[in-house]
Amino acid sequence: MERRRITLPLTTELARSLHAGEQVLLTGTIYTSRDAGHKRMCEALARGEELPFDPTDATIYYVGPTPAKPGQVIGSAGPTTSGRMDAYAPTLMSVGARGMIGKGARLPEVVEAMKKYSGVYFGAIGGAGALLAKSIKKAELIAYEDLGAEALRKLYVEDMPLVVIIDSDGNNLYEEGRAAYLAGCNLINDNHSGR
Amino acid sequence: MREIEVSRLTDVIERLCIEANEHLPEDVKCAIRGCRACEDGEIAKGVLDDIIENFEIADSENVPICQDTGMACVFLEIGQDVHLVGGDLTAAVDEGVRRGYENGYLRKSVVRDPVRRGNTGDNTPAMLYTEIVPGEQIRITVGPKGFGSENMSMIRMFKPSAGLQGIKDFILEVVEAAGPNPCPPMVVGVGIGGTFDKCALIAKKALMRPLDSENPDPFYADLEKEMLEKINRLGIGPQGFGGKTTAVGLNIETMPTHIAGMPCAVNISCHVTRHKTEVI
Repeated sequence: MERRRITLPLTTELARSLHAGEQVLLTGTIYTSRDAGHKRMCEALARGEELPFDPTDATIYYVGPTPAKPGQVIGSAGPTTSGRMDAYAPTLMSVGARGMIGKGARLPEVVEAMKKYSGVYFGAIGGAGALLAKSIKKAELIAYEDLGAEALRKLYVEDMPLVVIIDSDGNNLYEEGRAAYLAGCNLINDNHSGR
Repeated sequence: MREIEVSRLTDVIERLCIEANEHLPEDVKCAIRGCRACEDGEIAKGVLDDIIENFEIADSENVPICQDTGMACVFLEIGQDVHLVGGDLTAAVDEGVRRGYENGYLRKSVVRDPVRRGNTGDNTPAMLYTEIVPGEQIRITVGPKGFGSENMSMIRMFKPSAGLQGIKDFILEVVEAAGPNPCPPMVVGVGIGGTFDKCALIAKKALMRPLDSENPDPFYADLEKEMLEKINRLGIGPQGFGGKTTAVGLNIETMPTHIAGMPCAVNISCHVTRHKTEVI
């Protein structure tokens, strides 16, 4: 299947043009954060402080990579389960961070925030850390170094293979993909039964 | 009586931590390739192609298959005629994990306290299980376990009246609830019987058994086949995007239990179900 090439930043226009089920190759600057980093960022915002990066039109990758071996840009770097960031994602979208890369289901309140702020939830293949690291061309630690694998990193990625799981209208590939598959099975069953 | 220096265990465990994280077992690879051949959907085929490419990269470049290099589950079957010398066994096992995760550039994913958190910095302690068996050898298995899938596991203490149907419904309920979160296609480990704790342990052990093997009891071997088929009719598919391949394998382990109970544990694992064994 043809994959659409997109380049960040994730403006409202770009976000609104993306649809659930679309396979994309993403190029541009993204930021890494997971459980502990999200907690810190939201605590900073609550205190009225700035984030370690400009959140406007930003995309956050939920990942805690393995350490880079000598000569590597980064170690294996696949997505972690996004649901653990659900408590924080609406807050980050409210300050402009529009894109999220992860895997797994999101809560309805996250989807509502995505509709409100034109957010996009991309899926990277969970468990494909060695493959996904190939698309990461630069990695720079920018904050929360004490968190180790959970520290905030700025990455430059080229042609990162992703799928739009939930789009800014709230369409959801997890629901639609499965329904389409099961509907296809029913069609086959129907055909077998002579209808 | 055979004397074995505990430092030998340290060396073997260091190596097994690294090898298990870089090289997927052949039976798991084979199961994934088999499922790829049967998929029809474009997205599902694409996901499985990427998963295959991923473990091939990990194999050829000696890098971790997944960034979640897991908690180090270490199983030791120690022959009763072995005398361990030269130090503390648990400390030697942890030292092997520490070295493996440091020298193998594996991620340190363990926190010191479950509530107050705080990374231990070296992926210790190991989740260590020891068993005393006949003989004068030690069988060492390292199974790094990621938590995207571990978090989706469940245990239930059934009344015996729930019967086989209760077990079947529960397995499907757990897989359904897991949905796209544990990086499907999954491997499902089922434990039935024992006590609350033993039931969970045999479910974990079920994940260490090769996917091309079957339970020696034909009743449970049939149940393994039936439940794998039923899971793959749920339509969750690779990564939850819809498709035939929701699980690439399901193993069941059982043991005797109390007249009043029928515990069942379902330990979910992902397509990166890793384990490596060595006998010394």
